[in-house]
Amino acid sequence: MTTATHRLLDTHESPFALSHLDALEAESVHIFREVAGEFERPVILFSGGKDSIVMLHLALKAFWPAPVPFALLHVDTGHNFPEVIAYRDRVVAQYGLRLHVAHVQDFIDDGRLRERPDGTRNPLQTVPLLDAIESNKFDAVFGGGRRDEEKARAKERVFSLRDEFGAWDPRRQRPELWSLYNGRHAVGEHVRVFPLSNWTELDVWQYIERERIELPEIYYAHERDVFARDGMWLTAGEWGGPKESEPVQRRLIRYRTVGDMSCTGAVDSHAATIADVIAEIAASRLTERGATRADDKLSEAAMEDRKREGYF
Amino acid sequence: MPTDLQADSTAENPFGEASATALLRFATAGSVDDGKSTLVGRLLHDSKSVLADQLEAVEHASRSRGQEAPDLALLTDGLRAEREQGITIDVAYRYFATPRRRFILADTPGHVQYTRNMVTGASTAELAVVLVDARNGVVEQTRRHAAVAALLRVPHVVLAVNKMDLVEYAEPVFAAIAEEFTAYAASLGVRDVVAVPISALAGDNVVVPSAHMDWYGGPTLLEHLETVPVGTDPSEEPARFPVQYVIRPQSEEHRDYRGYAGQLASGVLRVGDPVTVLPSGHTSTVAGIDALGRPTDIAWAPQSVTVRLADDIDISRGDLIAAGQAPVPTKDIVATVAHLNERPLRAGDKVLLKHTTRTVRALVKEISYRIDITTLEQRSGAEGLDVNDLGHVVLRTAEPLALDDYSANRRTGSFLLIDPSDGTTLTAGMAGEAFDTVRITTDDTVSGDEEDWV
Repeated sequence: MTTATHRLLDTHESPFALSHLDALEAESVHIFREVAGEFERPVILFSGGKDSIVMLHLALKAFWPAPVPFALLHVDTGHNFPEVIAYRDRVVAQYGLRLHVAHVQDFIDDGRLRERPDGTRNPLQTVPLLDAIESNKFDAVFGGGRRDEEKARAKERVFSLRDEFGAWDPRRQRPELWSLYNGRHAVGEHVRVFPLSNWTELDVWQYIERERIELPEIYYAHERDVFARDGMWLTAGEWGGPKESEPVQRRLIRYRTVGDMSCTGAVDSHAATIADVIAEIAASRLTERGATRADDKLSEAAMEDRKREGYF
Repeated sequence: MPTDLQADSTAENPFGEASATALLRFATAGSVDDGKSTLVGRLLHDSKSVLADQLEAVEHASRSRGQEAPDLALLTDGLRAEREQGITIDVAYRYFATPRRRFILADTPGHVQYTRNMVTGASTAELAVVLVDARNGVVEQTRRHAAVAALLRVPHVVLAVNKMDLVEYAEPVFAAIAEEFTAYAASLGVRDVVAVPISALAGDNVVVPSAHMDWYGGPTLLEHLETVPVGTDPSEEPARFPVQYVIRPQSEEHRDYRGYAGQLASGVLRVGDPVTVLPSGHTSTVAGIDALGRPTDIAWAPQSVTVRLADDIDISRGDLIAAGQAPVPTKDIVATVAHLNERPLRAGDKVLLKHTTRTVRALVKEISYRIDITTLEQRSGAEGLDVNDLGHVVLRTAEPLALDDYSANRRTGSFLLIDPSDGTTLTAGMAGEAFDTVRITTDDTVSGDEEDWV
């Protein structure tokens, strides 16, 4: 693990000034330790995407030199990028972590879930997620959600109480003051915890650069067979794309987010290094999700509606 | 067509260089129709923090509502109910950046449950923007906002006099409002007030200097946000380190490692510093500090670190490691509180009290008085506190707590009251008296007369 170099900025104001990354890191570490101190069975949702990777990195630092006192939970849609699964397994082995995997496919096979006509499995993750939380009796579930991602998420608390159905009610949230997080909950309820609430996409990338965090290769420019659908480049695969009317072409692309292959779009890119990626994001006129997530485009309140049902 | 980031690389970069900058947390407050959502939208839009797809969504939504120009307020109303009703119902957090600074904005709605929302937003803010309508001047709601900012000890307050376009950009209108507000805020103990004449709708003085107000020589709102000093000087405060978690790896390599993990609430800790552990009162010295995996000689607020002590003493979550003048642990707490929940708070209630990393049982012994947030009168004989009420209470805790006065330390002076039956957050508490420069009486001869506060 690499360690932070504390950059003293605004030195004309105070030698004790912290850079925004140091301030965000300190706050996130505080959140991890609060959960460790107050809950019985926390778990970190881990998708192999950059946000969950940064989350894990912060947890490693928060408890150093002891191991991370939480297991990981991966909700596997079955539409995975192989590079991401390989990365996940490498990290789990490297840090001696425990990994739970909830498979969407299992739920389709035994009839508890039905494949959608559009082939997208992202919305189907909610049921296996809630089932894993219930059967493992997880009482705190860390998610890498950031409030900057979407306007419904801008209303999300750092500690977000979910009822026994996993539901989020934005009008009945606990007010959250100072850094006093209230994690009390009844049996059967759980708390979603978002240690990256106050981070933006650019913060995440700057932190990845500063900490030299390794990511799955698909975040960097590479050649891939893709086809165009709904204004995005999607990867050809066994999940139902491309249709006959969607010609496949080989392009130099990279992924800005990592999720279900059927709804995560790639962007044309030459960015081969973290510095390239940061320059590219800083210049982009499109939000991360606007550029790469088909499921958020379903309606004006798509995210809010899914969160109400228990999605992250 | 699929997104091509490369094609946009010539667009103006909203973040400047992707370098590390300081962070400012601030809150906005405004009454209904003062144009707060428009101001926030304008700030985001003109600082180029709104990206093309977000703007497109707003343009689409505005058109479908029959509006000609994009309604910037739609950038911030995130929930279905908010868009349907055209109101903001809850605190939301917004993020934007300029080359000079990163901003976290607590966007607090002004009308529904105003006190609760503004208290929440102000609790973490270093600056509050109070919005007034230039046509109406300082109104009751403005006084509430100033009082909440003062009560929560927000160090910097900005008065944004909005809708200057509707008063012909007239300097005397602005000057009168600024003078009245500044005097009122000063009487509440707010040390730093800056007034800016703006039009959020037209964009005057929000990000771009106004061409209509040559008489104004001060900064635009954004310029002020970029340059206001952030944070306090930790070297001037005693060190406070609430213990969150004890780290004991018990591994081959770190067999005897015993570290106390936490975030410095205030001050500076150095290796070798003598410290007192509260509430036990044991003393020791700092033997080592680990800054998230790297040993260091010095740490300061608000860094999260792990502290090792020279002596093997019993310390667990909830204890406070203090250097310098240490607070005296007490079971008797007097505090100013903001009641946040529909369920009222009454004398005799048994609650949980969460202070730093410690949660203890507590009894509400007395509700001394309710504070009228508009006139700042104390209303004694209050039966209890209802939602959005501010008041003064006396509490008795089951275990001693090491509290500082909120006026001295926002982090070790604050606490929550929690309903033990279902975990609901009931009340936000600030140890000590409410306002340090105003002494309020219940004497009828001074009550209700606004002149006393101007």
